[in-house]
Parts: sequence; structure tokens; C-alpha cells
Amino acid sequence: MEYTILILLLPLFSFVLLGLTGMKMKPAIAGMIGTVVLGAVLVLSYYTAFDYFSAGRDASGCYPTLMPYNPTWLPFTETLNISLGILLDPISVMMLIVISTVSFMVHIYSFGYMKGEKGFQRYYAFLSLFTMSMLGLVVATNIFQMYLFWELVGVSSYLLIGFYYTKKEAIAASKKAFIVTRFADLGFLIGILFYGYYAGTFSFTPQLQALATAGAIIPLSLGLMFIGGAGKSAMFPLHIWLPDAMEGPTPVSALIHAATMVVAGVYLVARMFPLFIGYAPEVLHWVAYIGAFTAFYAAAVACVQSDIKRVLAFSTISQIGFMMVALGVCTSSDPHDGGLGYMASMFHLFTHAMFKALLFLGAGCIIHAVHSNEMSTMGGLRKYMPITHITFLIACLAIAGIVPFSGFFSKDEILTACFGFSPVMGWVMSIIAAMTAFYMFRLYYGIFWGKENKELHAAHHPHEAPLSMTVPLIILAAVTCVAGFIPFGEFISSDGQAYAIHLDKQVAITSTCISVVSILFATFMYAREKQPVADKLASTFKGLHKAAYHRFYIDEIYQFVTHKIIFRCISTPIAWFDRHVIDQFMNFMAWSTNACSEEIRGLQSGNVQQYARVFLSGALLLLIILLLI
Amino acid sequence: MNYSDFLYMRPELSLIAVTIVLLLFDLFTGAKVRAKYMHPLACVLLLLHIVLNVFPMHEDVSLFGSMYQSNTITGIVKSVLAVSTFIVFLQGYNWLKREDTRHKQGEFYVLTLSTLIGMNFMLSAGHFLMFFLGLELAAVPMACLIAFDKYKHHSAEAGAKYILSSLFSSGLMLYGISFIYGTVGTLYFDDVAGGLTGSPLQIMALVFFFSGLGFKISLVPFHLWTADVYQGAPTAVTSYLSVVSKGAGAFALMIILFKVFAPMYAQWQEILFWVIIASITIANLFAIRQNNLKRFLAFSSISQAGYIMLGVIAGNAEGMTSLIYYILVYMVANFAAFGVINVIEQKSGGKVNMSDYDGLYKTNPKLSFIMTLSLFSLAGIPPFAGFFSKFFIFMSAFSAGFHVLVFIALVNTIISLYYYLKVVKAMYINKSDSPIATLRSDGYTRAGLALCTAGILLLGLISAVYDSINCFAFGM
Repeated sequence: MEYTILILLLPLFSFVLLGLTGMKMKPAIAGMIGTVVLGAVLVLSYYTAFDYFSAGRDASGCYPTLMPYNPTWLPFTETLNISLGILLDPISVMMLIVISTVSFMVHIYSFGYMKGEKGFQRYYAFLSLFTMSMLGLVVATNIFQMYLFWELVGVSSYLLIGFYYTKKEAIAASKKAFIVTRFADLGFLIGILFYGYYAGTFSFTPQLQALATAGAIIPLSLGLMFIGGAGKSAMFPLHIWLPDAMEGPTPVSALIHAATMVVAGVYLVARMFPLFIGYAPEVLHWVAYIGAFTAFYAAAVACVQSDIKRVLAFSTISQIGFMMVALGVCTSSDPHDGGLGYMASMFHLFTHAMFKALLFLGAGCIIHAVHSNEMSTMGGLRKYMPITHITFLIACLAIAGIVPFSGFFSKDEILTACFGFSPVMGWVMSIIAAMTAFYMFRLYYGIFWGKENKELHAAHHPHEAPLSMTVPLIILAAVTCVAGFIPFGEFISSDGQAYAIHLDKQVAITSTCISVVSILFATFMYAREKQPVADKLASTFKGLHKAAYHRFYIDEIYQFVTHKIIFRCISTPIAWFDRHVIDQFMNFMAWSTNACSEEIRGLQSGNVQQYARVFLSGALLLLIILLLI
Repeated sequence: MNYSDFLYMRPELSLIAVTIVLLLFDLFTGAKVRAKYMHPLACVLLLLHIVLNVFPMHEDVSLFGSMYQSNTITGIVKSVLAVSTFIVFLQGYNWLKREDTRHKQGEFYVLTLSTLIGMNFMLSAGHFLMFFLGLELAAVPMACLIAFDKYKHHSAEAGAKYILSSLFSSGLMLYGISFIYGTVGTLYFDDVAGGLTGSPLQIMALVFFFSGLGFKISLVPFHLWTADVYQGAPTAVTSYLSVVSKGAGAFALMIILFKVFAPMYAQWQEILFWVIIASITIANLFAIRQNNLKRFLAFSSISQAGYIMLGVIAGNAEGMTSLIYYILVYMVANFAAFGVINVIEQKSGGKVNMSDYDGLYKTNPKLSFIMTLSLFSLAGIPPFAGFFSKFFIFMSAFSAGFHVLVFIALVNTIISLYYYLKVVKAMYINKSDSPIATLRSDGYTRAGLALCTAGILLLGLISAVYDSINCFAFGM
């Protein structure tokens, strides 16, 4: 399967090409190059998946882990080295499909959405860079390669969030995203170094005796690695960058901040799953608790936001929380006994990527039509944008967990896994699932039904998006309708053996009922022109509403801690010390170096006799040192 | 006598053949033909030589009563030197085709190749006299090369200084060799190694021998000729001197210290310890104050020689690998720097001062870029090759226990960063009312610069280079 290297090289090629010569091309040609290359990557990824899964299982009943490429790049010791290569196993192949599909849809969609934007070519170059990095991340053969591409993904995310670099908010958001994730990556890096030092390898599958000697360091390093994952996947309290990242172009939000990059943390935990389960199950459970809290927090905030992209952003955070919980509640690697969550998490990652990308792309169409993100400028749009309306509804039903859309199946597996872990966790997650259905339909009604902003719509008639934008919507909606019926456990499960998915009827019925009730409640509150119940609730719980609207002031707390405490009490004195003590010391060093250099000038006189004298005395001096000292 | 033994001398024999062909061509062709075909012919023949010898033999051979010894490592080194000479030929083109040098360009090739033959023999010597012959063969034509622009005051003076200093160092070295003969009774490398005990006379021999090679590599305190000669010599010759001649000297020193003076390990390590500190530090202090770029690079090359010696002092296989790798990387970076200086000097009527480079970026962005790359690589900034080469050589010295030395070397890299960046600053930041006009260089120069740039960018990133050298390295 040597051709898989092309999956990385092709987007790299298009990035270099567009980056170097893009600005000299016509925008349409640059976009075409990016899209065609990505199309090739898509075909290759699908072919890889077909090739991989059709090759069948090995003797132990698992799909084999293949490494078509794994050259050593930098050797340190016998076992500790940095390799760059390609690893194919069920989850990486699944990620190849997710990334290439969503990325391809976004490439097509951007033709319509970004039409006429300044820097169209640059945009496609960055998209190529991102796709390459993300693909490299998922096929990494070792934790260090993963880290390299992890950072590359961060950079491309930074570049794309700040794409509108003349906009102040965009610049601030890109910086925030970069700094927060970099800060978390520090934990990741330290975790990797610990792991490399004590386990003696960067490989995902270390030797057992190496792990035995490493002992208690392994849980610590896995925990540190999870901090990196939590940063990228916007887990509380490192989630603050994601809502702001919505300043980037909407297709970018769909690709990076909904479907692919933000699930890198989930992927990381899944990748390290055997180690987590074998050596640090308690850390894994902490992952679950953090995930559950994040899911709840984000769902609560999402209920009151008025910017549609922010609602989607918080819903993304919440859903990633679900995936983390699913991984975290695993207690063994046997899917029949406590290991179901692994499969559920990957399944949800897959379905979520599709319907969340669909939601974002739909939101892009809406923003394209009304030129604003605020819900108050919308309402009643179903008349103007039928395709967007239907596809958006499908996605909402999927995320709410209604049969037969894909979200139902994956969420049901997660809830089953949670109930298997503890009833409390099961019920908590069920309630969050109910909140999900509620806020999604609040959003849906707010956009397509509810109170129409007639004034605005009269001034600027909303219209359906062009074909290049609606076609990806339709494709993704179709995927969302059928993805739930994929026998996912056949391909991916925690121990690699085939696992037949079966619905837990009790859980399925309960969760469906809860969702339906939530949706009905949302319908009752938001579907009509006048919304007395909603207004009344908002005014009754004024404080709570306001707090939720301001995301429970987490950003303000960060501001306070960084500006008031860290900057003022620590940075300012350090800056003084730096300027007055360290700088002066450095100046003194520079001055003394200069002075020395001035002093020894005479040595180089241009006089050959003197050269010979120095030569001889130098040799004799060495002799004296050797003989006498 | 087995004539097939001559096959093992392929690198030397084919170089001699190339030299003779060029000599005859130079003698028996008309001025017009010569002007037109001499340079391409020299390049093609040398390239042929490189291709013929690119795969070194994989066995240790000892010929002619072990006068001549060869193994894979020396084979690799010889190939590296030949490739470097090829780059010098490419770079020398726009100087050689000038009105005042065109008629004697044949001499340039013949002299250069003669020194290369000398270096090859130096590397493969199995006997001190053989070694000395090689050394002299590399030194005498070099003086002619340095004085190539003999009507120019600087060039002639540099030639005189070089030959005088060289004579002096050779004398001292012979003196040292005589002590060896006096104490051991033989000059065969293999036998000498067995007879060395570290007696005071032998220590004297070591010091004097070392100073003779220290002169070639221009280590402090045997370095004083360097700046004057580098400045005075034609730039193509300077770059040959700074890279090929120095590289050959460093390899030869390493081989002899490892093979012959291995029993006196402690002594030569101590010599190297002081010489390295002196070379790196003093050369850095001088380099700070230079305004003439050729002098500046002279001092930079002295401090680089100090770094190179870190690989020798380590004394292990790791050190040997990192030394060869370091020289390889140093070669491409230095060639790139000299290549740029050469182009600008030839095309702008002899401008070689740092202040002349003010605002170069505005008029010659590509040349400035290559210069920047090469200076970054020399300074050891990642991700260029120079970073990796410094990293490996420091690692090898550190693992051999020279912690203080590595620390001093590290401090000096910071100082060196200052003066390397000074040139970059001149090119990019300083403003000038009369910057050097936009230049167009010829195909040969471009090819040479492209080769060097590729080297700077790729040598560090492609791990196969280091690994493959590592396969053949040996320690003490």
C-alpha cells in the first residue's frame, strides 16, 4: 500500500504550488488546483479504506496494523528514535475518510462562499496545508510524528482563523486560539518527553518490560498528553478559544473547528487507548469526568447564545465532551464488557463530523444570505432557502438523536456505555442529550421559523445559496441519513475483533423519548411569532440567563488572572529585572568582548616575521604545557 | 608486484590522467579553442573523475609495502574533496574568463588538480615521507594559485606570505618527524604506532607535527597567515583554500592522530583542548571587527576549524562521523558564501567590504538569500544543515566527557551569531544610497550556487547522509 504516501504528498504539493505561485494565478484556477488535488486525495483515501478492509482480518481476528512507510529520521538509541511514516489501522483509515470527505466538501463549498474574497488563492493554499497536516496527524506512526503534525495543524488553524487579517476580532481570535492550544501543547510535549525518557520509545506500542520499569510515570505522562488533547479538543477549561475561532471563514469552521482538528484530542486518547486502559484506567476516568462537565457546561451556554455560529461552536464542544466521556467510561478493552465506549466514541466522531460539517456549511449559507451571524436578523428563512432548510433540519434531527439519522445510533451507543459505567453517568449524559436536542431546535426555529425580521428581509431579499454551496449540503445530508446503518463495530472496536452493534432497547427508547420531549418543548417555546414562554423564562431567571449568555464569565476570569494577576504581579517585576539586570549584564558582556577584540588587534600585524615568531612560541608553549604541567 | 594493486589507486590515477590531459590541451591548442573549450573540458573531466570514484571500495588495502593505504572512509573523503573542487571550478568561471586571466586559465586547473592529488596522497599515506610529499604537493602549487593575479599587489604579497609560512611550518614538521624516526626507528605508520610510548622526545615530535598540520587547517596559534592570504588571493582560490585545503588537512590530522598517535591519546587531547579554545575564541574576537568580507570569512573559518577539531578530540566513531559530516556541511555553506562574494566582486569591480553590501537585498534578492542561508548555516541556526552538524559534533565531544570545552564552544557560537548576523543586517536592513547594481551571473556560477543551496537545505534534513557516513566510521 505504498501509494498511501501520496495522500500526504499531494496536498503538500498543492500547498507549495499555491503558496509560491498562487497569487500570480487567477483565483478560479488556484481553487481548481486545490480542489482537484483534494479530489485525488479523496479517491486515494477511499481506495485505501477499501484496500485495507477488504484485505481481511489476520489470524487473531483483528485488522492488521500496517506501516507501508516508516523510515527512521533521527535515531537516539536502539529503541528511541523519531520516525516519519504512515500507519494504517482501523481508526486511522476511518479518519482518512472523514478528513478527506469533509475537506473535499469544504473545498467545493468555498468556491461559492469565498467568491470574490481577497486572498482566495491564499485561502486554498492554507486549506491544503491544513489537510496535509491533519492527514499526517492521523497516520502518524509514533507519538512524536503526531506531535509534529499536531503543531502544524495548530499553525494552519491559526492562519485560517486569522484569514481576514484586517479584522481586529479575527486577529485576536487567531492569537487566542494559538496561544491557548500552544499552552496546552506544552503539557503534551512534556508528556511525550516523559514517555520517551522512561518508556524508551516514542512508539504507540512500547515493549512491556520498558513500561513495567517506567511504572508510575506512564499515568503521569498520559495525563499530560491528555492536557494537549484537551486544548485541541476544547475541553473545559481550555475551551475558550473555540467560540472565538468562529471569526474565521465559515467553511473553515466547518472543516477545522467542527469536524477534524477539534477531534484530534479524542483521536489522541483513542490512539493511546491500550496504554490508558492497561496502565492508567484512573486517568481515563478523569477524562470521562472532564468530558461530562464540558458537555454539560457547553450545552448550558449553547441554550442562550444568539450568534448562530457560537451556538454551533458550543454544541461542538458539548459533542466532543460526549466522545471523551465515551472513551473515559471504558473499563476494559473487551467491547462486550466495559469496552463499548471506544467503538461508540469513534462512531460518534464519524457521524458528528458529517452532520456538524453539514450544520456549519448550512450556517454559512444562511450567513451568506443575510450577511449576519445574529439570530435576530433571521427568522422565517424556510421560505427563502428550502434546500438549506431541509438539510439543516436533517442535521438537527441527527444531533438530537432521532431515528433513523446517524446521530441516534452513535449517541445511543455512548449512552449505553455510560449506563454500563454507572447509572449516574448514564443519566447525566441523557440529560445533556436532552439539552442538545433543545438548543439545536431553538436554533433551528430561530433561523427558519419564529419571528421574521421582515424589515431587513425586505431591504435585502434572502436567497438560496448557489449550487456549489448546496451540493455539498445535499451530499452531507445524504451521508447523515445513512451513516447510522454502517455496521461500525465490524470495523472498529476496542479489542480489534468484530463487534456486532445491537441497540439497547431500554436506553434507545428512553433517550428517544427525552429527545422528542425536548424538541416539543423547543417547538412550544420558539416556533411561533411570539415567544412569551421564552421571554418569561429569561426574565425570571435573569441572572442565570445573563451568566450563561456570558459563558459563565470564564473568559473574564482568564482575563482577570492573566492581566491582573500574572501580568501585574509576575510579569512586570520580571520585565524590570530583565531590563535592568540581565540586559545590563549582557551589555557588559558585549562591551568586554569588544574590548578584548580591540586589545588583541596587534597580534595580526601583517608582518611575516612576527607570524613565524608567534607560530614557534605557540608550539613551544604547547610543549611546555605538555611536558611540565 | 601485482599490477592490479594500481586499481586501488583509482582516485589518484584518474586525477593524474585528468591533469595530464588538461596540460596537453593547454599546450597544444590555439588560443581561441582554449578560451572556448578549456573550462567545459576541465569541468567534464573532473565530473568524470567523480563519477568513476563515487563508490569507494569497501575494504582496507595496504599497497607498495604499506606506503599507500586506503579504505572506505578515505574513499568517501576523497570524493567529497573532488566534488568540492568541482564547485570551485564552477565558481571560478567568471573570474577565469576575464581578459587578464583568460590566457592562463589552463594553469589554474592544472595547479588546482595538482594540489588535489597531493591531498589524496596525504590522506592515503602509510608512511611519514609519503605523507610529507603529499603535503608539499598540496602546498607548493597552492602558493602559485594564491599569487595567480601576480600583477596585483595583494595577491603577490599573499603568495609570498603563504610560501614563507608554509616553509616554516614544513620545517618544523620535518623536525618533528625526525624525532619520531630517532625514537622509534621507522616511519611506517603501522610500526610507529607500536613504538610510541609518550617519552618527552615523542611529545616534541607530536607537537611539531601537529603544528605543521595546524598551519594547514589554520588553528590558533598557527593561523596568522590566514587573514592576509584569504584577503589577497583571488576569491575562487580563497574558497578552495578555506574549504578543500582545510578539509583535507583536518581529515589527514584525524586519520594520523587516530591511527599513528593513538598511544599518545592523552597528550594530543590536551593539545587539542587548548588549541580548540584558542581557535574558537580568538578567531571570533577578530571576526567581530572585520569589515572586509574575505578577511571576515577567514576568521570565521578559523573558528569553524576549532569546531571541526571537536570531532577529533572526541576520539570515538561518533566523533569521526560528525567530523566528516561537519566538514561536508561547512563546505557547502562556505562555498555558497564565497560564491556570492565572488560574483559580486567580479561584477562590481572588486567590492568586498561589508558596507558595500548595504541594501543588497533590494537589488539582488536571490544572492542575498543564498548568502543569508549560508551564514545561518555557518552560525548553526535550525533547520539548516549547520545546526545538525554542530549538534552532532557537540554531542560527540560531550559524550566523550569534554563538558567545559563544549560549553566554551557554545558560548562562542553565540558570539559568532553576532557577526554572521551583521552581514545579514547589512544586506536586509541597512540603507544605502548607492547599492550594488542588479547582477546577472552566468550558468556555471548559478549551478554552483544551486548545488550549495540544495546542500544547505537538504543535508540536515535527509538523515541518510549522516547514517551512511556512520556506517564506515571508526574510533580509536
